Amino acid sequence: MAYMMRRLLWTLPIMLGVLTLVFFLIHMIPGDPVELMLGEYALPADRELMREQLGLNRPIPLQYAEYLKNTLSGDLGQSLPNRRPVTAMILERLPATLELMLGAMAVAVGLALPLGILAAVFHGRWPDQAASVFAVLGVAIPNFWLGPLLVLVFSIQFDWLPVNERGGLEHLVLPAITLGTSLAALLSRMTRTSLVEVLGEDYIRAARAKGLNRRRVILVHALRNALIPIITIAGLQIGVLLSGAIITESIFDWPGIGSLLLEGIYQRDFPLVQGCVLFIATSYVLINLATDIIYGWVDPRIRQS
Amino acid sequence: MSVSARRLWVLGMLLGIAFLFPALFAPWLAPHDPLALDLAGALAPPGAAHPLGQDEQGADILSRLLYGARISLLVGTAAVSVSAAIGILAGLVAGYLGGWVEQLLMRLVDVLLAFPGLLLAIALVAVLGPGLTNVVIALSALGWTGFARLVRGQVLTVKSQDYILAAQALGVGDGRMMRVHIFPNVMAPVMVQASFAIAGAILSEASLSFLGLGAPPGTPSWGAMLSEGKHVLSEAPHVSIFPGLAIMGVVLGFNLLGDALNDYFDPKRHKTSAPGS
Repeated sequence: MAYMMRRLLWTLPIMLGVLTLVFFLIHMIPGDPVELMLGEYALPADRELMREQLGLNRPIPLQYAEYLKNTLSGDLGQSLPNRRPVTAMILERLPATLELMLGAMAVAVGLALPLGILAAVFHGRWPDQAASVFAVLGVAIPNFWLGPLLVLVFSIQFDWLPVNERGGLEHLVLPAITLGTSLAALLSRMTRTSLVEVLGEDYIRAARAKGLNRRRVILVHALRNALIPIITIAGLQIGVLLSGAIITESIFDWPGIGSLLLEGIYQRDFPLVQGCVLFIATSYVLINLATDIIYGWVDPRIRQS
Repeated sequence: MSVSARRLWVLGMLLGIAFLFPALFAPWLAPHDPLALDLAGALAPPGAAHPLGQDEQGADILSRLLYGARISLLVGTAAVSVSAAIGILAGLVAGYLGGWVEQLLMRLVDVLLAFPGLLLAIALVAVLGPGLTNVVIALSALGWTGFARLVRGQVLTVKSQDYILAAQALGVGDGRMMRVHIFPNVMAPVMVQASFAIAGAILSEASLSFLGLGAPPGTPSWGAMLSEGKHVLSEAPHVSIFPGLAIMGVVLGFNLLGDALNDYFDPKRHKTSAPGS
């Protein structure tokens, strides 16, 4: 309980820092932000109206206080072109991003566990080396290249999978592989390292000496313990997937929060940009908090450290 | 250095040279002007006159790749130099002075690291406007945090060593202590980090340019080339394939160099790595 409270208290100043930084984003615009949003030929009356709407004509401490009050009550402001609440726009797009992240996580774990186990069991032999090559390439391959390559092969050449637009499971396959590959590479290395370490422990040797079969020792006795750090890393990477989704969504015209952020940037809709950045960063902090708390709950050594 | 580290080092060096050489000598190596347009030859596949083919505007892809290496090198080294300079200074000051200075700097690092991956860079470029200078600013604004954390950790270890205590007893001032006695002893991990950071910065620049937030239109940036190639994927896949290979090769090269340097500088891994492993 004390660990959980400590971790929660630690998160509060970070959240305040994130809120503050996002607030100042609009003030970092060189020159007049209203001119950037409306263009240099906008009428003075329109400029004044927008300044009023965004609250930019008030002193900065007042703007900040109001921003904090509104944000904490879930009001992220209004989008400039269509006057819709930013919070509603984000919530509309959230399911698509969650679907993509879940798909990517399934791809990552589905590839990483078998590869990592094979690499650890055949430590130093060709399956290990093949898994190493996958891991090294998987981290280096940019997802904005992998995505178009997958489209080229599986959609254009073979016409096996659809591209663009969200729909059934078959629409999710290519975006999920694009987003999940680098995580699969990272997790396969983690699985290998963790499992090689556990396989060298005395209790594994004792289990083998008792005559238990090799498969059972690896899958039941060793993997269960080797999985703890892997689950933690996977948890921490959920937030990274959230930012990786920005590029993946732009490749596949996937209607998620990443696409919404980019639409905001291209249309110079700064309330929308601020809202999306704040939402993604806050989700990242909260996911990390949840992962830490779960890790502490699973492993008492973390709670006591 | 173990055999595996030596292999990684050699492969990383080869990929690094394959990147640096065209970046430095692009004007002499490029067969065509990277900005010259030839609409009659638009999307032409690889051939004798254009070994890697032509893009949508008929520009020579090989020449654009060679000049693109310059942009990647420039942005990568500039962003990492600025990040390293700020990060090393912040880490030295935080680790050596401790107290409220350390608290303030490290909490700022925590806040910046609360923005996952590219998000903060995207947000900063969105407000500052596209362009390579703003890309360097955006990448450095986040990049220094990794160096600061690393150096602070190293300083905390180094400053309790006997030779530092001896120097303090001799009355060496704080500035000189950090500059002469501590800084050289924390450089090894900084070099490892710099190698990974260059790979990361090159990938980030390409990502931002792919999204239309980096290099201005028409600039031969690898990310922008990939973005242009995306629209003509079915009729001219070569427009996308070569810039992607270039980015992957460079990122792989700097990552391998980082791994090899890590292996070389880490005495623990040094001793435990079996020969031939």
